[in-house]
Order: sequence, then C-alpha cells, then structure tokens
Amino acid sequence: MSAENSQPGADALRPEAIEQLVTDALAAIAAADSTAALKDARLAHAGDRSPLALANRTIGSLAPADRKQAGQLLGAARGRVQQALAARAEQVEAEELTRTLAQEAVDVTLPVDLHPTGAIHPITGLIDLISDVFVGMGWEVAEGPELEAEWLNFDALNIGPDHPARGESDTLFVEPLSNHLVMRTHTSPVQARAMLTREPPIYIVCPGKVYRADEFDATHLPVFHQVEGLAIDKGISLAHLRGTLDHFAQAMFGAGLRTRMRPHYFPFTEPSAEVDLECFVCRGESVGNPDQPCRTCKSEGWIEWGGCGVVNPRVLRACGIDPDVYSGFAFGMGIDRTLMFRNNAADLRDLVEGDARFSRMLKGVAR
Amino acid sequence: MSWLRDWVALPEHTTGRELADALVRAGLEVETVESIGEGVGPLVVGRVVDFVDEPQKNGKIIRWCHLDVGAAQAPDTAPAPVAGRPVEPGVRGIICGAHNFAVGDLVVVGLPGTVLAGGFTLSSRKTYGHLSDGMICAEDELGIGSDHAGIIVLPPDAGLAPGDDPSAFLGLGDEVLDINVSPDMAYCMSIRGLAREAGQALGATFTDVVDRAVPAPVSAGHPVFLSDAAGSLFVALSVTGVEPGAVSPQWMQRRLTMAGMRPISLPVDITNYLMLEVGQPLHAYDATKLTGPIRVRKASAGESIVTLDDVRRTLDPDDLLIADDSGPIGIAGVMGGASTECDPSTTDILLEAAAFDPATISRSMRRHGLPSEASKRFERGTDPAAAYAAAHLAARYLVELGGGTLASEETVAGGVPAMPRQTLPVDLPSRILGVDVPAERVVSILRAGGVEVSGEGDAVLDLLPPTWRRDLRDPYDYVEEVGRKIGFDSIGSILPTPPAGRGLTREQQARRAINGALAANGFTELLTLPFASADDLDRLGLPADDPRRGVVRLANPLADTSPYLRSTLLPGLFAAVRRNTSRGNDDLALYESGSVFRAGDGAAAPVPGVAGRPSDEELAAIEAALPRQPRHLAAVLTGAWRPAGWDGPAEPASWKHAIAFAELAAEAAGVELRRRADEHAPFHPGRCAELLVAGEDGEELFGHAGELHPLVCRAFGLPARTAAVEVSLDVLLQVAPGPGSIAHLSQHPIAKEDVALVVDEAVSAGDVTNALVAGAGELLESVALFDIYRGSQIPAGSKSLAFALRFRAPDRTLKDAEIAAARDAAVAEASARLGAVQRA
Repeated sequence: MSAENSQPGADALRPEAIEQLVTDALAAIAAADSTAALKDARLAHAGDRSPLALANRTIGSLAPADRKQAGQLLGAARGRVQQALAARAEQVEAEELTRTLAQEAVDVTLPVDLHPTGAIHPITGLIDLISDVFVGMGWEVAEGPELEAEWLNFDALNIGPDHPARGESDTLFVEPLSNHLVMRTHTSPVQARAMLTREPPIYIVCPGKVYRADEFDATHLPVFHQVEGLAIDKGISLAHLRGTLDHFAQAMFGAGLRTRMRPHYFPFTEPSAEVDLECFVCRGESVGNPDQPCRTCKSEGWIEWGGCGVVNPRVLRACGIDPDVYSGFAFGMGIDRTLMFRNNAADLRDLVEGDARFSRMLKGVAR
Repeated sequence: MSWLRDWVALPEHTTGRELADALVRAGLEVETVESIGEGVGPLVVGRVVDFVDEPQKNGKIIRWCHLDVGAAQAPDTAPAPVAGRPVEPGVRGIICGAHNFAVGDLVVVGLPGTVLAGGFTLSSRKTYGHLSDGMICAEDELGIGSDHAGIIVLPPDAGLAPGDDPSAFLGLGDEVLDINVSPDMAYCMSIRGLAREAGQALGATFTDVVDRAVPAPVSAGHPVFLSDAAGSLFVALSVTGVEPGAVSPQWMQRRLTMAGMRPISLPVDITNYLMLEVGQPLHAYDATKLTGPIRVRKASAGESIVTLDDVRRTLDPDDLLIADDSGPIGIAGVMGGASTECDPSTTDILLEAAAFDPATISRSMRRHGLPSEASKRFERGTDPAAAYAAAHLAARYLVELGGGTLASEETVAGGVPAMPRQTLPVDLPSRILGVDVPAERVVSILRAGGVEVSGEGDAVLDLLPPTWRRDLRDPYDYVEEVGRKIGFDSIGSILPTPPAGRGLTREQQARRAINGALAANGFTELLTLPFASADDLDRLGLPADDPRRGVVRLANPLADTSPYLRSTLLPGLFAAVRRNTSRGNDDLALYESGSVFRAGDGAAAPVPGVAGRPSDEELAAIEAALPRQPRHLAAVLTGAWRPAGWDGPAEPASWKHAIAFAELAAEAAGVELRRRADEHAPFHPGRCAELLVAGEDGEELFGHAGELHPLVCRAFGLPARTAAVEVSLDVLLQVAPGPGSIAHLSQHPIAKEDVALVVDEAVSAGDVTNALVAGAGELLESVALFDIYRGSQIPAGSKSLAFALRFRAPDRTLKDAEIAAARDAAVAEASARLGAVQRA
C-alpha cells in the first residue's frame, strides 16, 4: 500500500495531507457497494495499517508544541472516516436487504392447502345456529332417543290409539309390534321426557332426527330433522308463543320480520296454529306484483314454517304437570325444509345422498 | 261459491279470495282459489237452424251448420246455403266437428273475438270450403270441464233463448275453493259447515240446510236392528218407482264435478250431492235386492263381502257391517256391497242415513285400504242430528228428479247421542290467548257457533256443544274456538322470561368441539339414511357373535332390502364413497356422527294410561325396553389425503389418517387415546388399531381404526386400501375429564437427549414409548419418535427407533449427571420390558 510505503514524518501530518487522506477514505467508502467492498475500504482507510493510523504513530516525532494540534486534526479525521463507514454500512446493509428480499419473492397465489377441505353438514350447522338462538334466550337444548316407546311418541302427546298418524303408512314400527316401539315421528317425545323428569319452569328446544314412512323424493325424506320448543311456566299464553317465534324468526332471518299464526289442529296443542314466516327475501313486495316474482315464497309473501300452539292440558296431565297451575306452549319446524328455503337448497335428497360437495357448500358464517 | 251462496247471504261483491282469507283466519286451510273459465267469453246461446254433414278427404265428417244467435249478432252478410236450402235471415254459418246435436237444439256459441280457455281468440276463417263465422263450444274449450266428447247442448228448460248470455247458467265466473279441513273441523267437510263458518267470519246470515230434527225411533219402514254400540243411528226411507237409468240434472253434475266427484247416476249423484252439501254420507240400496231386515253388527270370524269395486274382502271381527238375511251388504261407513248395488234398471231404492263410531270406521277404512269421501267423513265424525234431514232431502230429489214416490212408512232406529257438557272459566280464553276477551264476547262467539251457553255473568260458564262439534270436549277446545273467532292476528307478542340458563351441556359442547376439530382438519361430515341390510353385515365379514349382528328390525320397512336399523355407521359411509367416486370425487375423507341401534332383550314397552303421570316403575320399564342406541362417530378415507402439488408428491389417505381422526376427536374432548394392534372386522388384520380410553374402571374400548380388509373393499366396491374408523362418542364423552388445571411453566433450560433403540420388529413403537416414559421419571417433559431404521447396521428382523427425549425440572437447571441418569433409566426400562438395546 502506498500509505505504508510513504515516509512517515511531519509531512504527513500537515493539515492538507490529512485532509487528502480523509478525502481518499470517504471516496473509497462511498464507492463500496457491498458488505465485502466496505470491509476492504474499512481495512484500507480505518484499519491498523491505514495511512491515518500510520500518521497517528508519527505524532511522537513532532515537536511537543505541535503534537496537540496534530493529534486533534488526526482524531477529527479518523472520526469522520468512522462516521462515514458507519453510515455507509447502514446503507449497504439496507440495499443488500432490499436486493435479497427482491430475490426471495414468491408467487403468493400458489395453492397452500395443508390438508383437504373439511366441513360439517349444513344440517348440523343449522342445528347449532338454532340452538345458539335459544341458548341465548336462556333455554336449554334437550335430546332423546330416536327409537322411542310408542307411549312417549303418541299416547303421552294426546295422539290416541286410533289416530291416523299411528298407522303403518305414516309411522315406522319396530318389530315385533307387541313391543310398542317406534321410530320417533317427531322430537315431541323429548318434550314429554322433559316434563316427566323435570319440575317447571321448563324452557327447552329439541333438535334431532325424526322418521316417517314417507316416500323419498325432492320434497320428502323418510328421515329428516326437526326442532321443537317447549315452554312450561305459570301464566304462559299464546302471546308468549308469538313473542318467542318472532324472536326466533328475526334471529334466523333478519330484523323486523313478522310471523303469522293460522288456526290449525294438532293433538298435542290446543289451541293450535300453523306459523308462517314473512318472506325474508321480498318481505311481501312480490304479492300481486308479477314483475317482481319471488321464488322463495312463490310470491305469496309468507312461508309456511311450522306448527305451534298451547300445550294441551291432557298432555300436561299425562306427563305429571298440573294444568291448573302451569300452562305451556310448544312449536316445531322442519330443519331440512328451513334449510331449503333459507339457503335455496333445491332437492332434499342431496341432504342424505352423501355427496361431499354438498356438505362443503356452506362455509363459515355464510352458513 | 255459488253453492255456498245458497246457504249464506254473502255480499254480492265478496270475491273468492276474500272468502278464502276469512276462512284461513278461522282455521281452514284454503289451498287454491280457482275461477271457472276465467277470461272466457263473450258467449251467446245459439239455436241450430239447419245443418248438413259433409265427409272430408281426411275421413272426418264435418258439419256445416246454420245457427240463430239472436238478431243482435246477425252477420253482415248471409252465409252460404246448407245443402242448397234457402238461408233463413240473420243466421250464422259455422263449421263443427261434433255430431251430438240436432236441429232445434240450443248450443253455446263463440263468435269472432270471443276468448276461449287458454287465451285463444276466435276469428272468422275459411275452412273445409266454408267461411266459419264462430264456433260451437265444448266444455273443455270454456275451461268448465274436461269433456270434449261433444259440444254442450243446453237443456230446453234452462230459460235461455238465442242471443242470451249462457255464462251464468254454465257457472262461468264461479269460483272454486280447494279447502283442506283439519281433523277437528270435520263439520267443515260440507257446504253446510263452510257456510256457517263463512257467515260467522263475514257477518252474513246463515241458513241451515238441515230443516228437520231426528224424530223418536219409529220402525214403520224397512226393519232395521242396531245390534252394536258402534252404530248409533240408522234412518231408512223407501222411494219407489224411480225412472230407471235416470241421469242427474246438469246443475247437480256441474257442482259434483267442481267438487271433484264424477257424475254416475241419479241415485248415486243425489247421495253424493247431499253428502257434500250436508256432510252426511248416504247410501242407496236397490230395495228389491234386500233380503229381510237390516242389521248393523260386527263381523263374525271368516265372513267376507264383495264390495262395490267387485273385490272380495275378508272381514275382521272389528269391522262394523250392514247386513241382511243374505249376509253382509256393506262395510259400515266404508263401502257398500255389490249384491245390493243400484243398477240402471233399479226403480225402488232404500236410502240409508246413519251415524257410526268414528274410531271403528277409521280402523275398517285403514284395514281395507278404502279411504273414500264417505269414510273420511265418518272417520272424523258426522253430525247425527243431520242424518234424518239429509235422507229426506235425498228422497225429495228422487221424487222431483226421478219421478219416484216416497213411502210414508219410514224407519228411524237409534237416536242422537247426548253431547258432553263442559264448564269454562270465563277468563280462561283471555289467560290462554294472551289477549283480553270480555265475557260477553266469549258468550256471543260460542253461541254463534251453536254452543248452548248458560251461567252467563258467572265466573264459570256451563256449555253444551252442538251435535256437529264432537271436537268441543275440553275447556281448551272452547278457548281455541274463541281464538279462531277473534283471530290469531289480534294476539300480541311477548317474549317470555325463562330462569337464567346454563348454556349447552358439557356433552353438547364436546360434540360441537369434536365436529369443529374434524371439519377444520379436513374431514367432511355426511348424513346418510340409517337403514341397513343383512348383506351389509356379511360383507363387513362380521363373526356370528359380533354385537353388530344384533340388529333391530322394522315391522314396516320402507324397502324390503334394508329392513334393519344400522348397527354400524360404516356401510352407509361406504355407499357414500361409491356415490362420490361415481361422480368423480375420488379424494375423500368423509365422516358421520349419529346413532346406531343394538337389539335389546326383547322386552315390551308398557303403554300406561294418560289420565296422569305413569308410575316410576312404568317409566323405568319403558326405558328398559328401549334398545341401546349409542352415538357413534365414523370416517372413511380413500384416494389422496393431499393430492400431488407444486410443493410435493401426493400423500395417499391411509390407516394413519383414520387413526388421526380418532385422535382429533379424543383431543377435542380432552381425552388421551391409547392404541394397540388388533384383529377386528372389517379391518386388515395387520393394519387395525384397537382404540382405548382411560375410564373409571380401567381402559374402555373406544373403537377401531385402520385399513379395510381387501375382501371388504372388494365386497363394497371400494378403492383398494380404503381406510376407516368407527368409535363410540358415548364412551368418549363419558370419560371426558372435567375442568383441567394449568401448571406453572418452568423457566429453567431444557435438556435434549436423543436415544436410538434396537428392538425386535414385533415390538410396537407405542410400547417402547410407554417404557421410556415410565423409566425416565418426573424430569421427562416430552418424548417423540423421530426416525425408524432398518438395515445392515442392525440385526435382521429388528428395527432401530430413534427418540428425542426432553428433560426439564420445575425448580432448577438440571446437572449433566441428573440428565444422564434419567436417560439411562428410560433406556433400562425399555430394555427390561422389551429387550431394547441402545445403539452406540
């Protein structure tokens, strides 16, 4: 190196000479464009054998009076070089990081599947949703066996031995008939079980599978799902039923929706009604308006949703509840049918045919 | 609607839709409202003046007609003559394809501009060599019927003349309501009942078609004996000298047709007409075919009858019969017998109007599979007080329309049973409906419905229902009656306030967590039908004593091929695999969560009464009679778990994923799973894990997982190496722990020690792991298998398992000597238990 070979002495300590060394060093530092180049520049201009370091060693050869000034000059010069090195090092590092990051870019649109896409069945999702609505009101979710005693499925619910629903064309019976066992035709026996084993007040919702000797087509399944609700308390009236149905409807289908009760007949309840849901799609706008047909309610403004009523005192008595003290209401609707109109499912058979694509149709909160 | 208007004075402007809405509010289910011949017209009456039949080249014979359609509709230019005869002034020329009319007949004519059913507009057109200036109409062209056998010929006594509008006579513009009547409103299965409801709903005056009460028993007519309690009333009227083969008038036929019944003959049409109008089914016997007195009795064993449909039916001792000396001549309320049927030569008729026990009729109807308009009414209960009037109305029509003579001697056997009285707290409707109904309103509503009310002004009303309201039994029935009449729309909306809830049960939470974990980790839930066949059990290769062979059989299965309830979820999932692969979904990880059924000990469930709560013993016996129905969880895997991708080759679905499924479920429930090799159908004997969980009484069987036996794959048509798992959710939830505890986290450094152990091939990794855990003691934090080596560096028939051991103490940094001692103790335990040798 040229600095090492130059004769140290007073010459090298001249301010102009020192300034020249600093200029050379700063130029070399500025020219370094990588960590390696900067390391070389550091060695050459700030290392132990750099011209500035060597010049520093010659201070002792000066007259004592000049040493202080020379020392200050050299110190300042080396400081400027160190500063430049540090600043450049930061820059080079940032530049190098930028280059590295650019090189490391990936295609973020590549598929990233860790495992297959799974899903719960839409019916399971809907049952969870309904359960949450009622749990949110302080109700409990009750369950019971699908293969049920005839007494609990029928007699206890005021469905007498000669009722048509007890025929083999409607109900699946377990062999032998003399054992009085059936596949439950509704989830009402769960309500009977609750009344038989609990003290009122009772507020339960019963989702589950039910069985009918029904054909298997686009709108009928021999095995489907129902949710029934039961409230037994002092002073319960039809108005409480309507309030509960209104809340249920709004929680499931949107704020402000109304329900409508039409008188009907069920052995389990008296008075009984069928409950209609105000169409959550057109809100009645499609009625008498052929330009805006609504396929959800078939332009009727209302959707048939289920049955309901005040629990028949005969049922209360059979289940050990005093109808003079307590009254109650009950309601029930088909979950599969609710899925059909709520989520536009066209064919009920898809629910039980097991095509994996069907189960994956509803995702997350779009359920 | 015109029929209804005969009996209730509805305002002229009331439409079918308005009536339907009112009836719906009153509790009737109106399915459809149809307007007859909507949009059809204008029509005129035409008189056939003249015609000639003209054979055509296509083989048809068309009729070239001249019609007088009234002076107002005379054509501008006269038509061509018929067969060269002079043309009468003002007639129209029309081509007609039908031949069922004669000169002088009155017919229905559509002139150019008339709209027919289906929206077709007539115009003058040249056809078959003539200018046809209109059309002679048939029923179907007007939308009032389906008859196209000929054109409509109007009766001469209809009071219509050429040029008149026949629309009203034809019933055009009349509206038909299709109403679904619920079982408690049986009285609405008649014009009489509907008119009463419509009158109440719309405030219109109702006239009762039933114009006379049932008199005291009299036996002057044909002898009748009621010998069973299920037959409570039998009215028999004789009409003789009825014109044989008489047909019913068009107005009656039209009403029957609109009500969905087919006109047959005058006697049959009259009985049907009155059944529809009054609600009382009637039967017409050919009186000459009766032998001796009529008896209403139960069948005896072995009796049979040929019914009207010419089918011989074996009778059940529970069947109620109408019989004479010849034997059964009808199944009461269900169907008459062929031997006493009216035929075209019948002149003498015995009319029956009876009342039967609804439940008895219902059972017979179902037993013989004979639902009819009559049996449906008897099944739900008729109004016995209407029977006598209905019989007389029918007799009157037979006299007026059939020229018969009503015998003055008549028979009335039995009578009208008394209706049950009931008391009603006058505030009960308000309390149950949740809306204030003043006492006066309650009384007036009940009275309007035919209920006799006494005790007005008292806190409790004394009530007697009318004979047509068998449904009014309990106080709540009257509450419903009041509710219907005030309208459910008037009931408010109040959210009840249940006691504070406790949320989902732990079991319900666990099931949800399990579902969530399985779905989040790639498994797709299915629902399949829970029916099974015996073949499925054989194809699974289940041994004879396998508990899954203890299936529950249905008495009336939907398909004879699948008469059982499933005892395992796997066959249903296998069927789903086949369905999916046939649709091109080859990579499958499917699961189902649901009940399976295992035959019980065959005990019968008691059927206690319903007057009060059954005893605890009875309820326990019911519970004991129910077959076990544990909740299972099962999965099936085939194809690729992960298909080949840009980041790696395909990972085939295997036994590993089947076991992982069980692990996921167990972990979601907070339960630790153990497993060991097992041989268990339907699995590959070398690739099946028995899954165990720790219960209160030691280990409990959770289920099995692995690769399916190749023969099972073949039998079910599944891809080779399909894997499956089935576990009991009930067992899992039973052993699921309560709230866990969170240990203090040690801040001290971890010590890592790897060991490689050579063991015999037959030794399982699980056993080695257990031995290491047992030997290492409390300092061991975790152990993980990270490598398996087989090869030349170790003896043949053995394998080397490499484990990463992690040690940590809660309170101190471990010393090297402690770590080495713990490691050596772990290895020593593995050596002692399993002969493991540590590799150098």
